[in-house]
Order: sequence, then structure tokens, then C-alpha cells
Amino acid sequence: MTEATLVNPLETLVEHFPSGWVKKDDRPGYSGFIVEREHLLDFARAMRDDFGFDYLSMVTASDYLAEGIFDVVYYAYKTIGGPALVFKVQVPREDAVVPSLVALYPGADFQERELWDLMGIRFEGHPDLRRILMWEGFEGHPLRKDWKEPFYEEDVKPFKSRWPEGKPIHADDRNPFNDNVQYPTGFDPERWVPEAETLLYSGLQQTAHYEEFKTDELIVNMGPQHPSTHGVFRMVVSLQGEKIVDLKPVMGYLHRNHEKIGERNTFLQNMPFTDRLDYTTSMSNNFAYALAVEKLMGLQVPERAEYIRVIMAELTRIMNHFFATGFLLNDLGVYFTASLYAIEERELILDIFEEVSGSRMMCNYFRFGGVVRDVSDEVLKKIHNLIYDRIPRKLDQFDAYLTNNEILRTRCEGVGVLTADQAIALSTAGPILRASGVPYDVRRADPYSIYDRLDFDVVTGIHGDIYDRYLVRVGEIKESIKIIKQLLRDIPGGPILAGKPAYQVRVPAGESYGRVEGPKGELGFYIVSSGKPNPERYHVRAPTFINLTSLAPMSRGEKVADVVVILGAIDIVLGEVDR
Amino acid sequence: MKNFGKRFGVMSSLGVTMGHFFDTYIVDLVKGRKRYWTPEGIEARRQADTEGIFTIQYPEEQLPVPEEFRVLPFLVYDEGENGEKNLRCTACGICAKVCPPQCIWIYRATDPVTGKPSPHPAEFHIDMDICMNCGFCAEYCPFDAIKMDHDFELASYTRGESHLYGLDKLMKPVSYYESIRPVNASREAAARAEKARPKA
Ligand code: SF4
Ligand code: SF4
Repeated sequence: MTEATLVNPLETLVEHFPSGWVKKDDRPGYSGFIVEREHLLDFARAMRDDFGFDYLSMVTASDYLAEGIFDVVYYAYKTIGGPALVFKVQVPREDAVVPSLVALYPGADFQERELWDLMGIRFEGHPDLRRILMWEGFEGHPLRKDWKEPFYEEDVKPFKSRWPEGKPIHADDRNPFNDNVQYPTGFDPERWVPEAETLLYSGLQQTAHYEEFKTDELIVNMGPQHPSTHGVFRMVVSLQGEKIVDLKPVMGYLHRNHEKIGERNTFLQNMPFTDRLDYTTSMSNNFAYALAVEKLMGLQVPERAEYIRVIMAELTRIMNHFFATGFLLNDLGVYFTASLYAIEERELILDIFEEVSGSRMMCNYFRFGGVVRDVSDEVLKKIHNLIYDRIPRKLDQFDAYLTNNEILRTRCEGVGVLTADQAIALSTAGPILRASGVPYDVRRADPYSIYDRLDFDVVTGIHGDIYDRYLVRVGEIKESIKIIKQLLRDIPGGPILAGKPAYQVRVPAGESYGRVEGPKGELGFYIVSSGKPNPERYHVRAPTFINLTSLAPMSRGEKVADVVVILGAIDIVLGEVDR
Repeated sequence: MKNFGKRFGVMSSLGVTMGHFFDTYIVDLVKGRKRYWTPEGIEARRQADTEGIFTIQYPEEQLPVPEEFRVLPFLVYDEGENGEKNLRCTACGICAKVCPPQCIWIYRATDPVTGKPSPHPAEFHIDMDICMNCGFCAEYCPFDAIKMDHDFELASYTRGESHLYGLDKLMKPVSYYESIRPVNASREAAARAEKARPKA
């Protein structure tokens, strides 16, 4: 960073560039800068190298059908903390081509592919611009506003047919194939050649022959049905003997176009849908979505609700990290012992969620301006017992069980290494980023809710290997315990919801991005409202989806058995990866 | 001890596993037979201080569900004096509007004399295949007419039509509602009484 940029804050950023390159986005409710498409690369390079925005957290786009443009939106941060730099490129819908930022920020790789897939925006210079979530033969780009799905009923909910003349119909009955698939015209499954598959295989890196063993290069598909992939997920690996030459993850098997559904829904209706993203951490998902909408609405959350929210979010973190650690051991081949020990603690936390929200996993507990119901003293007592007694005790046991276990250490130390620079460049988030020694935690870097008042440490690792990721997770459980202790001590009385419960909320026009430090990394919701009851654009920055960008760089050169562990240490949940 | 652990990590791991193993016997011996198959035993096994065997032997043993537990919605009716079933629902349509997957269909009844819409549902359908158990319908119904059930054992042999619940399957008496959600029911009854008072 040069001195000039330190004294030149973002307000004067426009003046740094020749006129016409950059202008402020002054549509009401919007923020950031609009960059000319031709100068995007230069602008981004200047931002990264001179201004210190080294971390491109999110790339997305929204379709403004009426204006006939796409906004490609970039959110960049400094890993030393602070607010976002938002920049956008506007392109006409007929000529949706944008220069790719992958060369500058490799972490944009999957996100640009996603945009190509779902929005049909072509990223010029992207090394591997294939569909990522939809199947290869799919026609069209489903997130475009003029695309209609097979069961299309109306643009927005609530659908008119439901009341007062409600006559139920089975969606299945309206589709000739009786399932939810739309085929391109003239599609014949017998004669269809999946060209993208060939492209995928030929895109794998090759190596020169191994002299010592005279091995052939072998391409292996791990998954989609494979116990190690934590769901329906496929890794195409090319092998030299046992060694991985290259790897490409293939995902989207669980894709349900969450974002399109979200744009049909009203703002409130999206809340239970967020539960289904990362279905193990629904409280955090609720949190991020509520933050994004509250930002637009300008709502102030009552104190007690803030405390309850943070308690729930931290319990989620504890639960998730226990679970992730247990399953890491599964991936190492320990079978179920460790994960069952972890699941015991998880069950006890889920009991609490069930009691406050009515459901163990699909909590749907947050509302705009608070939470749905108060937490009784009994439940607080239960949380107290867990936090003061059980979880620290069990964590110590876990520590004795795993931390110094030679087998675990040999399998994990020095495996799947990601250096700090790589981790930042690849836009990884959460424990992956921190295990590489980057102390970036949204709770600290850009505090939301009441985190600025809480005393906790950001846990980091040194080596960026799997073992450090394990240590970071264990450390974060300890920090979460510390946080919840403070919250239980100070939790005030009072209301738990700002205003009256309302099923129709008025959200002023504009854009907003709410993000939290979810257990798996930075979880964000990008929302554009046009003042209507439904969001104009609803995008999820899914941490595990973006963390997967780092899978290939981490795996190259490792043994094939270690790939399973490397994937396990990323801690993916396919509900969120595929959305 | 610390150093010991460092040098004999695997041994210490096995120690933990062994500890767990022996615990299952010790706890059973100390706590006795009451630990299994009794409600107290199940309750004790889900407290923060539980050790030993954690598993609940479903279906022989069942975890009690908390009051807020939600599965599928049902319609509450008040029992009239002559055994008639007075649905609380006024066919206002709020639940159908708020339902995220849009799985509620309400056909509003018309008054046979005047031909105007009357505040009753002639038909009420919920497609339970689509219902996502979110609880919004119960949360936002202004008449306490739709509530979330506790029954989670819903397996059936067919899907499709049989999961499209009509009024016959949806209606449940208020006494049932009071039995599964006593605290909520009495709070709502009190609130309704409070509302009715100034008028009377
Ligand atoms: S919100 Fe309540 S009263 Fe209105 S239609 Fe639904 S169940 Fe009936
Ligand atoms: S529980 Fe949710 S999804 Fe189910 S009927 Fe009620 S509002 Fe609809």
C-alpha cells in the first residue's frame, strides 16, 4: 500500500482515475462505484495493489430487465478489517460480457462460473467457463428475469389461485414427465452427448511421465455417490499412481435455484428457506438474512433480542465445530466413534433449539427486528449448564482424545496446505482462512449486532494445514463458550421484537449486503429491493461454495486418500454449496 | 500427565474410548434399571450431566417434545353444546398468503341466502408434501385457528392425493390443542378474553 492511498480514503477514489473510468453509484439506496467495463481490470488491480483491498469476497449480478442492463457487483475487503469496497460494472443485457477477474482474484473462479451459468454473463478471459450448478444440457439462464421454470405459476407470491377460490392442484400433474425437469427442444436422451464432460476431462492438468514407476495417468471420478463427499458431490481427479495431479470439483446435484425461489418469495417467506441452505447451522443463516433486510429497513433490534441472537449463533458455532471435527475423524477412517461423541453434544444443543424455535434444525427463529419468541429462564438455565459444565468438560476430553494422537497428527500435519496469500487470493473464509494465519473474522473486522461489545479472541493457525484447521475449530469453540458466558451474565429483559409481528414488511428500495461470520465462514446475503413486497434480487454468498475454490490447489500433489480429509476439513454442506 | 499424553497420544486416545466404554456399565450399575424405558430415565439421559449410554431406543422409548415443537398444521375447532364443530377459521386467507411454499388452498364459503362471501372456509386444503413445517400459518393467523401439530409419525404407503389434507383430516378439537400446547393455549385464551371484555 502506498502512502497516497492511506491518506486518500474512498470518498476521493473517483479522482484517482482518469475521468470517465469510475463514477459513484448514486441511485437512491445504492452505494459503491460504477466502473467502466473496459477499465475494470485496471481498476481492480489498483484496488488490490494500491488500496489494499486484497480480499474479493463476493461477486454477483442482478438483472434489471426494465433498464435492460446487468449489474455485476463486486464486494472487496481488506483483510486488515474495515468496510467494503463495492464496485459494479453495468453491461447491456444483449451484450453481457465482462472481463474476468480470476487472474487478479482467483477466488472469483466459481462465482463467475455461477454467474455465467445462472445469469448468462460471459466472463472474458476466464480459464474454465463451464456451467457449474445446472446440468450440461440445460438451456437458458434461470436467474434472468425473463426465464420461467417448468412449474411457473406467477412472478411473485402469494399466488392468486390460493384464496379465496382455492382449488388444489398437484404441481406434478401438470408436467408430462412427472418430475421437475425441462428439456431443451429436440432433446433426445439416447443420442445426447455430454460435451461438457469431455471438456471437463480435457481441462485437467497433465504431467510429464513419472520416470521411476512408469505409471499411466488415470482419471477417477470420486462421487457423486461416495461416502466421503458429505452428500452428492463429485471430484474428478487425475492420478499418477497415488498422487493427485489435478482435481476438479463438480457440484450442483442438489441445486434447486434457491435464489430464484427467493425472488418469488416475499421478504418474510425467505426466512425458512434460508434454514435449508446450510441445514446444520440454520440459526446463523437466519441471522445473516435478517441483518441484510434490517439494514434496508433501518430497523433497530431490541437489546434482549440481540443477546438471544448472538447466543443462538454461538451455540450454532459450537455445535457445528463439534460436528465438523467429529466427521473429520470419520474421513480419516476412524469410523464413527469420534463423530458420535461429537453428536452427543450437538444433540444437547439441538434440544435447546427445539425448545426455543420448535424445530431442531429448521429453526426459522429470526424475524426482522428480533426473534420470534422469548427464551425462558428454564432454557437459559439449560444453556448455562451446558456452557459452564458440560461443553468445557467434553471439549477437554476431545482434546485428550484427539489433539496429540499421533495417527491424527501424521495424517493431518502438512497436508492440504494453504498459505496465507493463497487463502486470501482464493477468497476462502472462516476456519480455512484463519488456519492459514489470516486473522480475519467478520465479527471483528466488521462487527455486527453486539459483537463490538464482547470480549473474545480471533483464533488463528500458523501452518494452514488440516491440523491447524482442527485446532482453530477447537479454539473457536472455546471462544464461543467465552462469549456465551458474557451474554448469559448480561442478558437484559425487555421486548424481543421491534414493533408488532407483521407478515408484510415494507422494505425501501435499495441494495444491502448483510454478512455474519458463520461457522463455515463469511455468510452473506445480497438483497436488492425495489420497494415491492418481494426482493428484486436475492443472492447468497455461500461460504462453503467459495471455499471449494481452494480444494484443487490444496489437493494437488497430495495422495488420493488425503483428498477425502482435505474435503472434510473444508467442512462443506451441499445444501449450501448447490443452493 | 501432559507429557505422557504427548508421547503416548494414541494410548491416551484409547484411554478416552475405554473410559466411555466403562462408563456405560458404571452408570447403568449406579443408576439402576430406571434409566431405561421410563420417562424419568429418558429425561435424565438428556440433561447436561448425563454420562454413559446416550441413545434413546426409538420407538420403544420416545423423547418428549417441547411445547413449541412443530410438524404439520391443523385447524382448531371449538366444540359446541350439541357436539357441532365450530371452526375458528374465518377464511381470511392470511395463512394462504404467508405460506412460503404456497401449499394452502382456501375456498371461501358463500352465504346461501345472500350469496355474499361468508366468514367460513367451504374447503381448506394443505398439501403436506409441500408444507415445509415453518409454522408461519400458525404464527400469523389472527384468530388462533390454525396451529402446529406434534405428531411426527407420518409415514404412509402412498403419496400424492393422500397427502393433500382436506378439512376432514385437518380439523382437530380445541381440547387436543390444549393438551399439546397448554401454555400457549391458556395465554391465547387470556388474550382473547382481554380483548372481548371492553366491548361487553
Ligand atoms: S389465517 Fe387463520 S383464520 Fe385466516 S384463513 Fe388461515 S386459518 Fe383461517
Ligand atoms: S407450516 Fe408453513 S409451509 Fe406449512 S402450511 Fe403452514 S405456512 Fe405453509
